[in-house]
Amino acid sequence: MAIKLTVNNQPQELDVDPEMPLLWAIRDHLRLTGTKFGCGMALCGACTVHIDGQPTRSCVTPISAVAGKSVTTIEGLSSVAGKAVQTAWVGLDVPQCGYCQSGQVMSASALLARNSKPTDADIDAAMAGNICRCATYARIRAAIHQAADSLPASQAKS
Amino acid sequence: MDLRNIEDSLATWPPLARLGITRRAFLRFTTIAGSGLTLGAIIPASAAKKSGLTVLGIEGTPGDFSTPFVRIDPDNTVTVICKHVEAGQGVWTGLPAVVAEELDASWGQMRAESSPAKVPTYGNFAFGPKGNVQGTGGSTSMANSWDQLRHAGAYARAMLVQAAANRWKVPASEITVSDGVVSHKSGKKATFGELAAAAGKLSLPAEVKLKDPSQFKLIGSEKKLPRLDSHSKSTGTQQFAIDVMLPDMMTALVLRPPRFGAKVQSIDSAAAKAVPGVVDVVQIPRGVAVVARDTWAAKKGREALKVSWDESGAEKRGTDAIFKEYRQLSGGAEAVKVENRGDADATLKKAAKVIDVEFEFPYLAHAPMEPLTAVARLSADKCEVWAGCQFHTIDQANAAQASGLKPEQVVIYTLAAGGTFGRRANAESDYIVEAVSIAKATGGKYPVRLIWTREDDITGGRYRPATYHHVIAGLSQDGKLIALKQDVVNQSIMAGTPMAGMIKDGVDPTSVEGGTAEQYDVENAHVTWTQAKVGVPILWWRSVGHTHTAFVKEVLIDELAEAAGKDPVAYRLSLLEKHPRQAAVLKLAAEKAGWDKPFANGQAGPKGARRGRGIAVHESFNSVVAHAVEVTVNDGTIKVDRVVTAVDCGIAVTPDVVRAQMQSCIGYGLSAALYGKISLTDGRVDQTNFHQYRVLRINEMPPVIEIHILPSTNPPTGVGEPGTPPIAPAVANAVRAATGIKLHKLPFDLAAAKATKT
Ligand code: FES
Ligand code: FES
Repeated sequence: MAIKLTVNNQPQELDVDPEMPLLWAIRDHLRLTGTKFGCGMALCGACTVHIDGQPTRSCVTPISAVAGKSVTTIEGLSSVAGKAVQTAWVGLDVPQCGYCQSGQVMSASALLARNSKPTDADIDAAMAGNICRCATYARIRAAIHQAADSLPASQAKS
Repeated sequence: MDLRNIEDSLATWPPLARLGITRRAFLRFTTIAGSGLTLGAIIPASAAKKSGLTVLGIEGTPGDFSTPFVRIDPDNTVTVICKHVEAGQGVWTGLPAVVAEELDASWGQMRAESSPAKVPTYGNFAFGPKGNVQGTGGSTSMANSWDQLRHAGAYARAMLVQAAANRWKVPASEITVSDGVVSHKSGKKATFGELAAAAGKLSLPAEVKLKDPSQFKLIGSEKKLPRLDSHSKSTGTQQFAIDVMLPDMMTALVLRPPRFGAKVQSIDSAAAKAVPGVVDVVQIPRGVAVVARDTWAAKKGREALKVSWDESGAEKRGTDAIFKEYRQLSGGAEAVKVENRGDADATLKKAAKVIDVEFEFPYLAHAPMEPLTAVARLSADKCEVWAGCQFHTIDQANAAQASGLKPEQVVIYTLAAGGTFGRRANAESDYIVEAVSIAKATGGKYPVRLIWTREDDITGGRYRPATYHHVIAGLSQDGKLIALKQDVVNQSIMAGTPMAGMIKDGVDPTSVEGGTAEQYDVENAHVTWTQAKVGVPILWWRSVGHTHTAFVKEVLIDELAEAAGKDPVAYRLSLLEKHPRQAAVLKLAAEKAGWDKPFANGQAGPKGARRGRGIAVHESFNSVVAHAVEVTVNDGTIKVDRVVTAVDCGIAVTPDVVRAQMQSCIGYGLSAALYGKISLTDGRVDQTNFHQYRVLRINEMPPVIEIHILPSTNPPTGVGEPGTPPIAPAVANAVRAATGIKLHKLPFDLAAAKATKT
């Protein structure tokens, strides 16, 4: 039976194995390849998307669990916080190989949406699930602070 | 390691010998109809000589101008065609910067693109003067492109100027170029795009003058050179091999042997084929592939697949047994001389103090963030490969062999690689050959995307070789290092590969490069290497042999300084008289770290935490890096609080990229120092994913990293690797300063080290 959900504000119907992780559904079936595969075990964060606004590891989320929900991938990231994060990411030249960065941006924008002025400890807590083998961590931290500074507290959520 | 031998070593390797390359330094340029100016391999022999390169053997098929270095399009973009893979190290920014400088382009008009696989046009001169191998490695991308791309930029500029002079009927000498605009004092102006088509019809000037480094506007600039790939990599639009989606493409996972060296005995594919979405199960030389309509079905299919393995030839030892054997082999009958000067044995007998230390380094997986992936599409006379190729023409030759086609029938599309750290550069092109083999075994019915899962990556071999060092060092009465004996045991990276020709006098340079006797002045030194024979596949891993030799060297020298009662920096400087670059870098790091100010080494702080300061310096890949670090040790955990880095990499073309690479090297090296370990039990790899093969996370990254680049007018050298070797020993030295615990085994285990008396 087809599973109905919303992806980047578009209604989608997917007739796939209900156990299929959301990651492979959006990559292989919806061809949204910005979301990356890194471990398949919720260990690296490369596959992070927002489900009803919550940062979620799509590699361990069965598609059946997302029925009726709203998924945002890096391609559909349009929140004020998301844009601020991406602007800071580009401004500080955060990415190296870039492979982890979709997940980093999704985690960082979810953080800013709920906490518009995160401390270093808040950043550690929110971002420790996202591995970067290129170790761009120092710039990730700086970019999150910069994005926060660019953002009036009231705007982050919209 | 002298990489220049790679080319000769590969010359007789059958897959490459079939290429039948001809060599002749020559010059060419052309216009591709309607597309403006393209400059190919444009360095004439005369300029090549002047530029200090011995040979620039550059030739494709005469009349084939489809493979340039610089393309200027009518839309005013300048595209630099990069022969090196962008794997995060920044070549898509650094290489365009070199062209933009000589061209006086505006940074906003620069673009980067991967070149096709083609030698000698896109050969790496650091791998051999003939350019017969295209590949990225040994931190050579900038060093071997520097002269080539400066000339490319300068020729393009000269031709644009001439085109403007012709159009405006003024002498070329009256024309200036700045920020992408060609102007004449009369007020006439034109963009590159407007002049490109006309410039492309001109003949090439006989000679161009390169800028004096004092005239550089972009190169070395702190602010003007943002990365060209930051936007695509911050918005999810950068395409990696895993993102390639071809019509009718299938996804394949391969079941590989549970022990290295095992072979397929029999296959029961019924259950796998019954999984909805699975379309084929085929045997390939490296295992059994399950091919399916999507990744999930391939994974389910692989789980259902039953294969029994012939393990008669498999490696069944565990790492404990392997290290035991290494200790027995060390300095024994099979040991080969690496260095023998003076009389180390006799001098040691006379030494006032002797230090005897063993070091152990585990196997390490590269674990690039994008697991290995390749897409292959095969037809009767063509094989196309999409991958983050690091060994472009070797991959091409291997794909040719696997597909049964000729190398020139193999088209390589090099995509951005999601990290590699050496993993994607292997002489067998393992993951590419797998993809092509599956395409071949399924008759080219559909394009095949091969994906390695993280488990495949961690358990799949090609690790940094497990290594054992035994060092005996002797000090004179006044604390001078007077004798050194060092025995190294590990597997050879080069042996048994087409690069075996790099083994000289029985010594694989990648096993011993960067040794103590090589980088410090010591009169009496005896160094040996013993090649261990183990069935675990190994490979170079970010900074290769330096990953262990630098650790031994910098920890040893620090302990010798302590034994001699000397300051670690002053002691090193006394042994670096023949190494002025190292001395300068070490001094800069020490100065910026405030080394001359007292530091409360070992004093107990809040909750028993102890702080310590340590330093290390090392030369690798023609660059020198020193790290001065401060750590806090508490409850058996090590926290790196501050790293002050100094680097001499010649001219820093893009300083911000240099800084990023130093941070990256620090993080990568810390992962290995604190956590990295692949172990085997009865031949099976114990770790499978990031929960067991732990890597550094954001909360463990040193909160303060300061990077200082030595001003230089020397040609650029590498930065992708050289920051890695000195970080682990700097931290070990700081931990010893804090706690007195000597760390001689990686990854660091404070409790175990405390219990071991050395
Ligand atoms: S791929 Fe989902 S957390 Fe790693
Ligand atoms: S940028 Fe390469 S893994 Fe993060």
